[in-house]
Amino acid sequence: MTARIGVVVFPGTNCELDVEYAIQQLGGHTERLWHGDDTTKGVDAVVVPGGFAHGDYLRTGAIARFSPVMHAVGEHAAAGGPVVGICNGFQVLCEADLLPGALQKNAGLKFLCEPAALRVETTSTALTNLAEVGAVLNVPINHFEGNYVCDERTLAELQADERIVVRYVDNPNGSLDDIAGICNAQGNVVGLMPHPERASDPLLGSSDGIVLLKSLIAAATARSTLLV
Amino acid sequence: MPVFNAHVEVTHLPGIADPAGATVERALPALGYTNVAQVHIGKTIKLVVDAPDADTARAQVNEMCERLLANPVIEAYEVVIS
Repeated sequence: MTARIGVVVFPGTNCELDVEYAIQQLGGHTERLWHGDDTTKGVDAVVVPGGFAHGDYLRTGAIARFSPVMHAVGEHAAAGGPVVGICNGFQVLCEADLLPGALQKNAGLKFLCEPAALRVETTSTALTNLAEVGAVLNVPINHFEGNYVCDERTLAELQADERIVVRYVDNPNGSLDDIAGICNAQGNVVGLMPHPERASDPLLGSSDGIVLLKSLIAAATARSTLLV
Repeated sequence: MPVFNAHVEVTHLPGIADPAGATVERALPALGYTNVAQVHIGKTIKLVVDAPDADTARAQVNEMCERLLANPVIEAYEVVIS
């Protein structure tokens, strides 16, 4: 059975086509998940892609967390299913309490759209299982609110449990401890600000995101095998 | 049921960077205001609540703040009922 990866779409999401295209180019199958439906349609993994879910009104991700699909995504995550939030998707996962902390405005108050060098810090996650610790990947960022923050106790936990998944080599936005992406305690829920799907073809200037997307497909495949 | 006006102010928690406030603080001296410090930018949310009494209205709006209007990880809030 081929693994299926669900791609969540809220009103205002704008990276779903890029994510689907990149996954399909790597041989993965995708399924669109509408925010108003309380189901993940039995997919093996879920991506919450970037954009401006519900217009970013109130706060990024604040309204999206109450969309019916997030209930289903929460159940999928609690059952060990892989979930990856990219950019606005990371913000949504934090608001939904699937990941700790929050993303605040970039230090310097500039919208940043540029390549970023990321160092892989752990491979025990749904997004990095095929990568190598210490590998530096060139993956673009595109955000205004990517400055990760959390309380001291949470940061100590993230560090001690190796839940910081990727760090910026050259911190562009003021993120605490150079954090570009983190995961939950089980490693099946990952959120990151950089966009792997935008580094998935040499034409785009980098294909370093492929190893991350392949890791996600591998996690989904492992999950589909587990469930059969 | 009586109607109460709720005035909610959401601000950054102490220790959380306020880049918008910091940028405005840096801009004000350019206009000659060189005696300004501690600029903080937050948001105001106004709402009208039907409730039996002011305490019930306040408790309900506090709950709204915890669940939606503010993010307790990075924001503080203050509720005034009138």
